[in-house]
Parts: sequence; C-alpha cells; structure tokens
Amino acid sequence: MDQKHVHPLLVKYARIGAYKQPHCPGCGNGIVAQCMLRAIDELKLDMDKIVFASGIGCSSWIPSPLFNADVLHTTHGRSLAFATGVKLSNPELRVVVFTGDGDSAAIGGNHLIQAARKNIEILTVLVNNRIYGMTGGQVAPTTPHGVKTKTTPYGNLEYPFDLCKLVEAAGASYVARWTTFHTRQLVSSMKKGLLKKGFSFIEVISQCPVQYGTFVGIRDPAEMLHIFRKISVPFEKAKNMSREELEGKIVIGEFVDIERTGLAEAYQRLLEMMNL
Amino acid sequence: MSSGANKIIEPGTHFLMGNEACALGAVVAGCKFFAFYPITPANEIAEYMSVLLPKVKGIYIQMEDEISSIASVIGASWAGRKAMTATSGPGFTLMQENIGYAVATETPCVIVDVQRCGPSTGTPPLPMQGDVYQAKYGSHSEYPIIALAPSSVKEMFTLTIESFNLAEKYRTPVILLSDALVGHLMETFEIPDLSQIEIVERKKPDKETSDAKYFLDEDVAPMPVFGCGYKAHVTGSTHDEKGLRNVEDPVYVDKVVRALHRKIEKHKENIVKVETKFLDDAEIALLTYGSVARTAIHVVNQARKTGIKVGIIRLITLWPFPDVQVQSAARKTGRIVVMENNLGQVVNKVSEVAAKYADVKFLPPRIIGSLHEPEYVINFLKEVY
Amino acid sequence: MKKVRIHINEDLCKGCGICISLCPNKVFAKSEEISSKGVFLPVIIHGDKCIACRICEEHCPDLAIFIEAQDVEK
Repeated sequence: MDQKHVHPLLVKYARIGAYKQPHCPGCGNGIVAQCMLRAIDELKLDMDKIVFASGIGCSSWIPSPLFNADVLHTTHGRSLAFATGVKLSNPELRVVVFTGDGDSAAIGGNHLIQAARKNIEILTVLVNNRIYGMTGGQVAPTTPHGVKTKTTPYGNLEYPFDLCKLVEAAGASYVARWTTFHTRQLVSSMKKGLLKKGFSFIEVISQCPVQYGTFVGIRDPAEMLHIFRKISVPFEKAKNMSREELEGKIVIGEFVDIERTGLAEAYQRLLEMMNL
Repeated sequence: MSSGANKIIEPGTHFLMGNEACALGAVVAGCKFFAFYPITPANEIAEYMSVLLPKVKGIYIQMEDEISSIASVIGASWAGRKAMTATSGPGFTLMQENIGYAVATETPCVIVDVQRCGPSTGTPPLPMQGDVYQAKYGSHSEYPIIALAPSSVKEMFTLTIESFNLAEKYRTPVILLSDALVGHLMETFEIPDLSQIEIVERKKPDKETSDAKYFLDEDVAPMPVFGCGYKAHVTGSTHDEKGLRNVEDPVYVDKVVRALHRKIEKHKENIVKVETKFLDDAEIALLTYGSVARTAIHVVNQARKTGIKVGIIRLITLWPFPDVQVQSAARKTGRIVVMENNLGQVVNKVSEVAAKYADVKFLPPRIIGSLHEPEYVINFLKEVY
Repeated sequence: MKKVRIHINEDLCKGCGICISLCPNKVFAKSEEISSKGVFLPVIIHGDKCIACRICEEHCPDLAIFIEAQDVEK
C-alpha cells in the first residue's frame, strides 16, 4: 500500500487492511462512505460508541468492513430490525444503518416504514441507485418507468417509490434527499441525523455506472454526477412546480425536521419510572 | 447485568400455564430482551414477558413480523443482552433465515417454538410435533443446532433456563421445542431458591487487541459485544476468525462449516440430556419426547402391571441427537417403539443410529394432533411383545 | 494565497475519472499510460491552478485523492 498518500479519514476511521473500496470504479457508495466519515469527524464522535448495521447489496458494504467500529452486516432487508434490537438494548450507542433501494424499499420495505413509525433513534442512509447492482442489474422498486433492465427487457411497466414521501408519511423525525453530487449538503444532513433523537432517513440518489449506466447509456460516472446536478430541484422550488414539470427531476432537500421523543428514550423513561 | 428476578419471583409452589412458566424461566435466566409477533399458541409467553421485563430493566418489543423479531433479538444479543423470542410453526418458518444468521455469527439467543398443527395455518390451538426437522434443517445449508423438548410446565421453566445457559455457553441459538399442549397446560411446580439455579454468562474478551479472534473457535471464542471498543465485525458472509468477510478463498467455507459443527459436536456430551426409567430389565423401550412423553409414562406404569417389561427413554435434547443414549437403550432392550405426535420424524433418526441393535417401530397417535390413548398404546405393546 | 499539495493514492485509485471531470480548473488529465494495476490514473497537469476547493476529494469514491492546503503570506 502506498502509505504516503493515505487519506486522513482512512487513517483515522478505517479498519486496517480494508482501505480499498470493494465497489466498482466510479460507484457512488464510496462517496457516501466518505461523507459519513467526514460527518463523524466534524462532530468529533467516538467510533467505539457507534454501531453500523447494514443488509445485503452493494450499499451494505459501505461500513463493512471499511469502518473501524462495531459493524453488523446482516441479512437482506432486515438491517433496521437488527438495529432496533441494538438501539433499544444499549441506547448509549449511536446506530447508523446503511441500506439500498432493493434492501429497504423491496424486501425490507415493511421494516423501513415500521422503524419510521416507531421513531426509533436510528440514522438510516439509503443509497438509491435505482437498480439491483450486486445481482447483475435487475429492475428495482425505484427503477423509473420505462427503463429497460435485465428483467424488464421491454421497459419497466411499474412506477418507482418516492421513498422520502413514504418515510415521512410513516412518521420519521428527519427526512432528506440528496445525490452523490451534493456531498456538502449530504455531510450536513448526516450530522443532523447523527444527532437527531428520533428516526432519521437520508436518501442518496447514487450512480451505478456499471449496471444502471449500461441500461440508460451513460457509463461515465462523472457524467452521471453532472446530470444529477442538472436535474436536481430544491424542495422549496419544487413546491411551485407541476407534476409534469417535475417529470425526470430529482427533488432534493430536507423534507422533515421535527422533534418527537424516540422509542429508546421513551423506553428508558418507562424503565426508570418502574425501577425507582 | 443481574437478572433482578429475585425482586419479582418468589420461590415455592406455583400453579401456572406452561407458557407463563417459560416467561418466568427466561427472567430467572437473565433474559433482558424479548421480541415477539402475535401467534397462537405462544401469546401467553409474550403477554407475561411484557409485564415482567420492565420490572427487571428488560425490554419487551412487539415487532412487525417474526423475521424482525428474531432479527432484533440477534441485535440485542450483540448489544450485550440475553435475548429471546417465541413463536409457533408459521412464525418459526419465517425466522429460519435469521436463525441461520445467528448460527453463522455465533449469536447466543433463545427461540421458543410452541408447535401447533400444520401444514400451513393448520389448527393453531392443537399440538403437534411437526417441527423437529425444521428445527434442525429449516435454514439453508449445513449447520448445527441445539433443540430441547419440554414435557411439563416445570420443564417449560427449567429448560428455558437451560436453553439460555447453553446459548450463552456455546454462542449459539437454542430452540425450545414445546407444543400447544405443554404451552397451554396448567400444573403446579416448585421454583427453588433462585440462588440454587445455575446461570451461565457469556465469555467476553479479556482485552482489546486488534488481532483478537472472536469467531470459529471450536472451544467457543469470547464474544466482542458492541460498545466496548472491540470494533467487532459481524457478518453472515463466509468469514475468518476475526469475523472479516472472505468470499474469495473457498477454504473459508470449509473452515466456517466445520468449526461451527465441531463447536457443538465436541461438547455434545455436556449438552445432551435424556431421561430413562425402568430400562434395566426392559424388553421394550418406549422412546418419546415433549408432550407425548406424558402419555408414555402413564402407559409404562400400566403396562408393567400387566407384565409387559417396558421402559422409557425420553429425549430432553432433540438436537444434537442423543445417538449414544439411544444406542444404549437399543442394546439393552432390542426393541424400540418410538411415540411421536406426527407421521414419523425422530423415528427416522432413531432408525439411523439404532436399527442394527434393535427392532425399531413407530407409533403415531390414532388421530394426528391428539394424544395417544393409553389403551391404544398398550394394545400396540402387547402386539409387539 | 494557498500552498496546495495534491495527494493521489495510486493503490486505491480505480481510474473512474470523476476528479478529472469535476475539477473546475481542469487541474487533472487522464494518464496516457495504463498503470501496473490496470488503471488510467489522473495526472496533475496544472497543479498551479488548484484552488483547494476539494471537489475532487469529496467526490472520490475511493478516498484516493486529498488536498493539503496551507495559507501562506503573499
């Protein structure tokens, strides 16, 4: 390993021997990983008091094995349920879940809305690349209408979820969406989510140059980032736009930021009351 | 974390339902996290746990399904708590993937399966012993499991404690394979002074070292619970002794499969328990477990009065299978009659290990899902005798 | 004014080209030769134009590039 040029965030927060990202060249997951490490660094948080949980899929390899902390790499779609057990059992620990659109919008969809409803103090970062990358490019519940994939060779007949609206309706305390182009806003949202005393959800629209890129004819990750910048519309501006005007756009920003007692705290209060 | 059970549980005679005794046993064992999804006939365990746990600083949570129940139990275990879930057939099926995860990640936890009649939705309140193989082979691939079968309300208490002890000692999920009969049965039983009950705590690492080996030790590696600076890496992917994923080298598949298997196999002698009665002069051995053993004990007493020299071997441990003990009973008697409330599950395993020493016969109840009538069993024994 | 040093980790870089494309001052170009790891690394062609905005660093999926910048007197 080239020791002279190791990124300070890796030196400080990465597991030794795990510096090399397991993702494809140009994948957005590494950008999201870096943003999380930066958020932790800026808040000066103790990595020994954070548990990172993830499920199955490319984005679930963001903390596993890179982050030098307690990491729980779980089964497909279930990371939020595992994380709920961790958070309730030791409320002193900050719990962060990395998940993907297949992981938490399809197989684990119920766990996502239930965790939001419970308002359990977990920060969920959902990396949405709009396709099943790890398994080879099959259609996802986030794939836009009409897009051809390995399993929609004649175009996607279904419509994608608006995950932020879904999670907002389910009761989350913090909801935001950014793209991998908007790294500074993402770091700022992650910092809010890490400190939030309720369920926090950040959707990151991310590039998959290898699978999704092949199907939509854009294999250059940089070009995808430029497109993200171009088609992103701030939440405030989007409010005054029609459905037609918003077609093909990504609405970015903070959608929800409220204070409501989280489940782990509520449970601790109950235990204190019962064990006076 | 002290169990705190002595604050809320009095020693002495109790008159309780099996499911309630299970909840008490869990609290005595130090259970501090219980997750559940409603299902008949396991509900009373959860209802009682929701009352008891907050009194001992434990957490009760009702999850959105059985998948998330077992998932949160595994998370709680890694966060340092003794943890349990309870369910019945359909829910047990949903839990299988994460039970495999618990085995692979060496996560101590207890799963109570109060078996009911199937297949599918079946008849929820009726007992059946249909999940014996699901307990062992329900999750995919190759893995060991520990499963215990309680026969009484008292054993719903003692074997729940034993399940926790085995889970914590061997860092493995343990299945308490009860059924609707034992779960809903009401009996009196004695709770001894709690200080007399052996409670096992998991082994934790001595110091924080970056090269510490926390997995794949056949003598059970210490468990690097979260929040203590161990920087644990826990994954259901094929991994090395440090827990780090290795899906490149097929040797690690072999390592994981064998190490998990040896961890249980090597300690089988300390895990396996059976109960025998009247075997010394017996010419037939009745082999039973769980609720069916209750009829068997009654039958043996009756049959002996009529001159049939019959004894009993009751399996308390179903998995790992008590092959040595079954073979010994086979050698002694030369004839084994296996009684189960199904169309033949344990009998296959008995035949596999004991057929060369004894004639193995199977006796299901006349009506599956109901008890064997004593008369029906005695008539069968007379024919065999 | 800033004294800037650009670090590129050749072991971690996968040659995706994001840094080259996103840099507002076109500091980088794609190497013409493939590296021993099979990657077309970014090469610094206009190091003097770097304003330490860190856009390359923040968008690098492999944490393979970072900027050291010190304020210096003119």
